[in-house]
Amino acid sequence: MGFFYQVGKYFIFLRKVFAKPEKASMYYWQIIKELVKLGVNSIGIVLIISIFIGAVITIQTAINITNPLFPHYLISLTVRDSILLEFSSTVVALILAGKVGSNIASEIGTMRVTEQIDALEIFGVNSASYLALPKIAAAMIFNPFLTVMSMFIGILGGWIAGVASGAVTSEEFIYGVQYAFVPYYVIYGLIKAEVFAFIITSVSAFNGYYVSGGSLEVGRASTKAVVYSSVVILFFNVILTLLLLA
Amino acid sequence: MIEIKNLNKSFGNKPILKDISVVFERGKANLIIGQSGSGKTVLLKCIVGLHNADSGEIIYDGIIFNKLNSKEKREIRRQIGMLFQGGALFDSNTVEENIMFPLDMFTDMGLEEKKERVDFCLKRVTLINVNKLYPAELSGGMQKRVAIARAIALKPRYLFCDEPNSGLDPKSSIVIDNLIKEITEELNITTIVNTHDMNSVMEIGKKVVFIYEGEKAWEGSNKDILESDNKLLNDFVFATNLTRRLKKV
Repeated sequence: MGFFYQVGKYFIFLRKVFAKPEKASMYYWQIIKELVKLGVNSIGIVLIISIFIGAVITIQTAINITNPLFPHYLISLTVRDSILLEFSSTVVALILAGKVGSNIASEIGTMRVTEQIDALEIFGVNSASYLALPKIAAAMIFNPFLTVMSMFIGILGGWIAGVASGAVTSEEFIYGVQYAFVPYYVIYGLIKAEVFAFIITSVSAFNGYYVSGGSLEVGRASTKAVVYSSVVILFFNVILTLLLLA
Repeated sequence: MIEIKNLNKSFGNKPILKDISVVFERGKANLIIGQSGSGKTVLLKCIVGLHNADSGEIIYDGIIFNKLNSKEKREIRRQIGMLFQGGALFDSNTVEENIMFPLDMFTDMGLEEKKERVDFCLKRVTLINVNKLYPAELSGGMQKRVAIARAIALKPRYLFCDEPNSGLDPKSSIVIDNLIKEITEELNITTIVNTHDMNSVMEIGKKVVFIYEGEKAWEGSNKDILESDNKLLNDFVFATNLTRRLKKV
């Protein structure tokens, strides 16, 4: 029963979030601020993780392809498809759920316990919409850029590791990256990135918005935001894969 | 004027407010007093609609507030200024941005006009050169004064203050009390102040409502308190040696 109660509450929260804004220009400036906070400030971590994961996938694939009949370009083909299909959308989303999700839940949760949300309500502002909508919009605008960036950097990391370790030559790697390329895989990754951006921001904002108590509860909400966002992302990953690829 | 009729509120099975009826008059500082946990804050939050009352009526100048839909409630709330216990200033905004927030949201004022209004409100609460500071850079008393400035930015018809003196030294408390009193009279607004600060009661309490365990136990003016023989009120108001001496004088 508790689960269904929370799901119902989440959808009521979303209805409040997507109500007509009081003044569009105020939301515009909030979106710009959130683009920097949630998007630009996440570039660093996405770059670092992408380059290393690309490198690790290359090395592991090279180690596991021991049959001399398999051409070396299969290594970069595997790296490319792993990154396009799964890593740059799902794994990056899980990492962002940790970074961005906890940030959103703790920010909104702190505003709740220090009565800043009550102050917004007293001003006659739809606080759920004012706080959550710019974050959802900013993440949905910026996450596709992060995903595309992660795709490029992940493959670049694979190329550096592959060539540096001698597992594959530069020509073989580039040939493998181009071999049997399916452009739809990029679109599939971007669709997933959009859905996951929505999940991370809305689930985290929901957890922060309904905090009651003090700093301990804000910490709990922050943890819940990361756990619930991650679980929902993994669940929708299966659904989207069945819908878009099966 | 704000009128409360037979207001009841429970959390789960625990009744918090029991059949409260009271009238808060315009142009006066109306004080709600009572022990911690007596239901003062819940009453205030019911009046502004942050909590939904279980039964009863909350009437703002003839409009039954708790029967309105959320959009209509928002229209009334735009005429409300509220000073929260902790100030509730937006941490990530400067003082100027905090005061400008309601102006940005609900007026079509130009930037210069808004800045003039911010300066006027800050001057009214005797603060200067703090426009670019963040709330964390201000003392507790200054934060409360900025919160008052923000509350009056839209020229409200109703002002609510929840424990405005909590955490302040006596001198800062007097400054805040006088500000609330002066603003109430200047703007001729209905002001309700939640407090358990006896100095406030004696200084600005033109009308005082005493809440005891969720029920209205007494109402009158600050002068009436000294004459009252209500035991519950006397036990609360004259709890310290200093106030007991005052009663005897």
